Amino acid sequence: MINVQEQKVLLEVQNLKQYFPVKREKLLQPKLSVKAVDDISFTLREGETLSIVGESGCGKSTTGRAILRLDEPTAGKVVYNGKNILELSKKDLRTLRGDLQVIFQDPFASLNPRQTIQQILSEAMSIQNSVQKELRKDRMRELMHLVGLPEEALSRHPHEFSGGQRQRIGIARALAVNPKLIICDEAVSALDVSIQAQILNLLKRLQRQLNLTFLFISHDLSVVRHISDRVMVMYLGKVVEIAPKHALFDQPTHPYTRALLSSIPVPNPKVQTERILLSGDVPSPINPPSGCRFHTRCPFATELCSSKEPETVEVQNGHYVACHYANDFFSA
Amino acid sequence: MSKEVILEVKNLQTHFTTKRGTSKAVDGIDFTLHKGETLGIVGESGCGKSITSLSILRLIPSPPGKIAGGEVLFKGRNLVELPESEMRKLRGNEISMIFQEPMTSLNPVLPVGEQIAEAIRLHQKLNKKEAAKKAVEMLRLVGIPSPEKRAKQEPFQLSGGMRQRVMIAMALSCNPEVLIADEPTTALDVTIQAQILRLMKELQERLGMGVILITHDLGVVAETCDKVAVMYAGNIVEHATTETLFETPLHPYTQGLLASLPKIDEDQEELYTIEGNVPSAFNMPSGCRFASRCPLATNLCREYKPELIEHESGSKVRCWVYSNKWQEQEVVV
Repeated sequence: MINVQEQKVLLEVQNLKQYFPVKREKLLQPKLSVKAVDDISFTLREGETLSIVGESGCGKSTTGRAILRLDEPTAGKVVYNGKNILELSKKDLRTLRGDLQVIFQDPFASLNPRQTIQQILSEAMSIQNSVQKELRKDRMRELMHLVGLPEEALSRHPHEFSGGQRQRIGIARALAVNPKLIICDEAVSALDVSIQAQILNLLKRLQRQLNLTFLFISHDLSVVRHISDRVMVMYLGKVVEIAPKHALFDQPTHPYTRALLSSIPVPNPKVQTERILLSGDVPSPINPPSGCRFHTRCPFATELCSSKEPETVEVQNGHYVACHYANDFFSA
Repeated sequence: MSKEVILEVKNLQTHFTTKRGTSKAVDGIDFTLHKGETLGIVGESGCGKSITSLSILRLIPSPPGKIAGGEVLFKGRNLVELPESEMRKLRGNEISMIFQEPMTSLNPVLPVGEQIAEAIRLHQKLNKKEAAKKAVEMLRLVGIPSPEKRAKQEPFQLSGGMRQRVMIAMALSCNPEVLIADEPTTALDVTIQAQILRLMKELQERLGMGVILITHDLGVVAETCDKVAVMYAGNIVEHATTETLFETPLHPYTQGLLASLPKIDEDQEELYTIEGNVPSAFNMPSGCRFASRCPLATNLCREYKPELIEHESGSKVRCWVYSNKWQEQEVVV
């Protein structure tokens, strides 16, 4: 593990908001929007893996997409190399995307079925002009080697590969343009455990070899525990807790983080987890609860929680919690 | 635990015939299910776990699928040979099933209450009004708040967890003796998964049915099952009580599977991996099906297929390592 605090800041997200308009059902109804990501801030340091966890609809994938401007964010700043990505022109953005790559959950849906692997990789290289034409063949062979596929794979089509191999191709394509940051959006979620282990090992090895930074989006907390340096927990568009991995898993502080961690089924029948069972479902992000968004499901909620939005407090070095009672919960 | 056997599967074989040849998706599996017991069937994609459950209820699309042999004994009757009309009376009544994605199993344009009532009226002599009342009762049983209101809503108006509760309500509406749950919580978030698993456990205790839980999640198995069958490439490779399986896994595949899980309470630099891939269903090796990926494989494994044998721990395992032949072989080599 690297000492995160000493690394230089690679990417800084400030007060990012991503609202999506909702179609009005009646003519005179006020304009509504889904507040998918609502005012979040965090930094990513070089060479680290920051994971975003949370349940469906918490805004974790939207955050990843907003950073790459795959959707245009509503407000906020994403600073990379001193430049605000959200203000770049289309042309500058395209250049920048060479540094910022993404790997998606379903590699089959993100690979063109009619292209060979060679075509897929050379297209990525020519768009970014990351490798000189004469050198591309060599680079492709090197990439295959890096992700653990045979060189013959280059002349084949995506359908000829298994799920795990396709994810390796997705990784090779991301690496083709020499990125600094890779956003992994549920990159191993569709894979069987034995294949998942192969891909996780590959990602870790590549990170060491190429000094990559990962923003790892996942709902699987065991995987997150394995791969991350720091973890950020989101709930209904807000960051509720962000901390170094060990601090988060050993001393989860926000009641939501605690409930989430206690819900994971442990593959050991002798371990009896004391489960904090949350009642009900996640409220709608169109009309989120007032005050703390978790107060409707929080077993410790008070009147203050329903009226006032909590500030984020630092309970320990690098461990931030957005809860009115963070300090009480932390020491408890 | 009461020891009354309610379902017995013997040498079940389900084959699919396609242009590329015959795929033996389920190739001779055996297990028994007792009253009030939960049996987990685990394995990775394509190992035949879902085909097994569909075969029990004879829901295999035919052609190309066909139950090529074996018996499924339920209360003294062999379901494989039952006429379709009898099978219909049984499905959803004495044996029910819940699937992974409730949205594709529910009718999208019919209020959920009506869908449950329909299942009830099909199997029980109740009139429309009584059935509707029972449907609301079932929704209350599975913990849906204001069930009268929810019964009138259509599936899209409910959340994922709520839809899965509706599926469970429907499956349990006729008091089945066996419930087959195929990845019932895979599409749900962990906090909702915890709710649904707790609910299934409570209902099982109250209604005393036998449950077959099909899943790829070893954590879910550890928490909910009494015994487990591990499947690999159409065979059961290990069959044990949950405790024994996690404590002393015998088959190299089971051991590999458990070792490749990232641990939630431990730091690991590198995860254990099972090298290679599952062999193609059309071209199964003649020997042990795991041999090509097994760190212990010898010529014996590659040439001859091992039987499911009893181990001293009480588990059953399909591996040469635990047979007498293994020792003899070492001498020869």
